[in-house]
Formats: sequence, C-alpha cells, structure tokens
Amino acid sequence: MKPAFWQRLDLWARNISPVGLTVILILLSVIPTHIPGYASIVPQLALMGVFHWTVFRPDLFPIWAVFAVGILQDSLSGAPMGLNTIVYLTIFGVILGQRRFFLGKTFWVEWLGFSIICAGAAVQAWLLLSAYHVHLVAPGPVMFQYLMSMGFYPILAWVMGRWQRSVLR
Amino acid sequence: MVKQGPGAPTRVDVIRNLLQRFAYLGLILAAFGLMMLGKAETVIVEEVRARINDAFAPIMEAVAEPAETVRSYLNEGRQLIELHEENKRLTEENQRLLQWQTAARKIQEENEILRGLLNYQTGPDASYQAARVISDDGGIFSESMLIYAGAREGVNNGQAVITGEGLVGRIAGIAYRSSRVLLITDLNSRIPVMIESSRARGIMAGRNEDKPVLTKLPPGTIVSPGDRIVTSGHGGAFPQGVPVGIISSVDDVTVEVTPFVDSQRLEIVRVVDYGLDGILDRHRLKTDLPKNDIPKKIEAPSPVKAEPMRTVVPKPGAERRPSEP
Repeated sequence: MKPAFWQRLDLWARNISPVGLTVILILLSVIPTHIPGYASIVPQLALMGVFHWTVFRPDLFPIWAVFAVGILQDSLSGAPMGLNTIVYLTIFGVILGQRRFFLGKTFWVEWLGFSIICAGAAVQAWLLLSAYHVHLVAPGPVMFQYLMSMGFYPILAWVMGRWQRSVLR
Repeated sequence: MVKQGPGAPTRVDVIRNLLQRFAYLGLILAAFGLMMLGKAETVIVEEVRARINDAFAPIMEAVAEPAETVRSYLNEGRQLIELHEENKRLTEENQRLLQWQTAARKIQEENEILRGLLNYQTGPDASYQAARVISDDGGIFSESMLIYAGAREGVNNGQAVITGEGLVGRIAGIAYRSSRVLLITDLNSRIPVMIESSRARGIMAGRNEDKPVLTKLPPGTIVSPGDRIVTSGHGGAFPQGVPVGIISSVDDVTVEVTPFVDSQRLEIVRVVDYGLDGILDRHRLKTDLPKNDIPKKIEAPSPVKAEPMRTVVPKPGAERRPSEP
C-alpha cells in the first residue's frame, strides 16, 4: 500500500495548495517592505487569492478556509478582529452566486469582475471600519489600496493560473 | 438516505447545499460576533490574536531579515554614489554636534552640582529591549506593527517603544515571543505631551493618518510651526522628555504634528521599561476611548468664554534639551 499512500499524500498536498498559497500571500502583504508610503496602500493580496480560487476551484477553497484566511489576515495586520473575515465571506458568497459569469470567459471579463467585487469589498471594509471606530475614516487610502489591488491582480492571476494548470491539473 | 449514481441532484446534494448555507450564515455571524467582542476589549479575542501572531512570528522574522539585507545592499550602492556629498554633510554636522557636546558637558556638570544642592531624586533607571520589526503597519485598518519580542523578553503592555529619533508608540498586546506596537498615528493612540519650549501640556491624538493632532492644550497657549513636542510624563506611562515630533501646521482648530520617526523605515526598535506601572495595566487599559476629542473642522464660535484665559509663561531656564535615552 506504499505507493497508494504516497499518491494520496501527493494529492492532498496539491489540493491544499490553494489555501497554502493564500496564506503565503497574507504573509507577503504584512512583511515590512520599507518602501515609503507603500504600507498604507499595500494591495489586498489575500482578497485576490480568495477571489481567484473561489471562481476557479471552489471545491478546493471551502468556506472554513475563507474564514480562517480572514482571521489570519485580521490578526497579523492588526485590523479589528473579524473585519476582513466578514469582507472575504461576503465576496465568497457573491462569487459563488455569480460564478458562471466568469467561467470560460476571457481574462478581461475576469479582471472586470474582480474590479467590481474588489470595489464592493473596499466600500464594505471602509464602512465596517468606520462603524467600528465610530469615526469616519479617511477614504483616500482605501481608494489607493483599491487601485493598487487592481494593478496587481493581473500578475497574481497569471501566477495562480499557471499554478492551477500545472499543479492542480 | 437515498443514494444514487452521478446524474440528477440527489437529496444528499440538497442537504449538503442547505448545510453549506447554514455554515455560511453561521460563519458570517461568528465574524460579526468576533468584531463585537473585539470592540468590547474582550480578553479572549486578544488572546487568540496573540496566539496566532506568535505562531507566525518566527516565519515573519525569518523573512524580514533577508529582506532587510537586500535592502541594505541596495542602500549601500546608492550611498556609494552620494559618498562625497554625504561626507561633506557629516563633517558639517559633526562640527555642529561638537559644539553641542561642549554645551551639554557644561550643562551636565552644572546639573549635577545643582542636583546635589537640592538633594534631587532622579527618576527610575530605564532598561531596554531591542526588537526587530516583523510586520508593516496594518495599512488602512490600523497603525500598528508586530515586533519580535514578547513576554519572554519581559515586554509588557504600555511600555514605550522608541528609536534614536524619538517615540514610535507603545506596546498594546503581548504574546510570548511577539508583541504589537500601537503607533502614535493610530486612531486609538493618546499620548500626554508638552511643547518643549513653553512646557504647555496637551494630548497628542492619532487619526490613522500620517500626522497626529494636538488636543486639550490649555487655553491661550501659543503654538507655532516648528515647535518641538516631547512626552510630558503625565499619567505615569512614559518618562518625561522623549522627543515625539514637531508642529508642522497650525490652523484655527487643529494643530498637526509631524512625528520624528518614520514608521515605515523601522527595522529595529527599543522597548523601554522605565519601571513605571502607570495607568496602563491590563485591567485599566482602554484603547477605545471616545473619539470626540479630535476637534471637528467646523465649530460654532462660542461668544461667551466661561473659563478665564490662562497664559502659559515659560519657566526661566526651561529650554533644556530632552535627555537622549
């Protein structure tokens, strides 16, 4: 039974990789870069991971993983606990409802979809944050963060697409 | 339970679908619940956060160091180009500092003699703990960062975090080997400070933006851009005289302070234990003070001033430098 065991382990490792990649994205987004001004507009890398894998492989990105990713993002970034979790769960629900819109379309459609969903997520995060602090938080950085996320998405989508084709098959 | 082959949706699928829906709602509610608990400053949320941070801290520390090394190499290359100018600048600065040194020596001697005359008790001695910064500030969501030192190293809530340039923030949340620093720019940060020249006291409040504002200044205080701000030592949390920033702009209602420390360039910071328990023990630590002490832009002018004007007169000989910690 040895080969079967290794095969199963191999399959398991492949199947867990979407979640693993998203965790790495979270770490990347909190590691100090020392680029002036970058920290306040660092792109929402984890959101891209959640978006991509929910659209293309929802079977490998279950809801508890979305929850765990949100909690991890919140606790490492120092955001109010649960804030990003709510945002990720929301986009998870929205995408699952609209998946057919993305599947089999060109990259431009995917990007358009991401830009809409990311905008919704940014607004939601801003509202939640303002409600949490009972104080209107300046909207400028949220806007810039949104633009940065838009700009970064094609690069990450390419990497994750390659990963999907070569590792997950 | 009816089992069928692949094809039409079965009852199992329907049940699974329902379950998924319940899980979805349940998890969203759980996340909201967490947010509420966090807002209420529940210990358990802080504890969970601390545990997670602690689990990931070694990884982040391991990555932060090579990233720093690469950056320092790049920096070195750039410095090589600017070597000549840098040299000139440093020579000039050195001359200026030498003058200061002479002045400082003189004042130190004088100070010691006067202390002896007055039988003056100096404050508690500080102990330092250097720590590497392992996360960027939280972007739009919070102005805080993780450092790789925690309860293991004797870090405690409320301790001041400084660099050679000045105050960075204070410890708000400790785990075993990592802790979270609340930067002075965070919305929840309130630091008792004073204007160095006039000794007028106030509170510096963060706004989640680059520049915190000065509030609660005594009426009639004269502030002008360029004034240095140092900690006042009130509340027993921080020692007196840690440099904080300079006043960069003043208008009718807001006094903006530019901090000396650029929080985005921090690599190593020092956590300072002054042996002051202060007001910041866990049971009394409230980071969520009401936000209404940040002055609003529009404020109706009140014709009647109930309080008499108080003018702050600088004490003679008050223009001493803050002691470099």
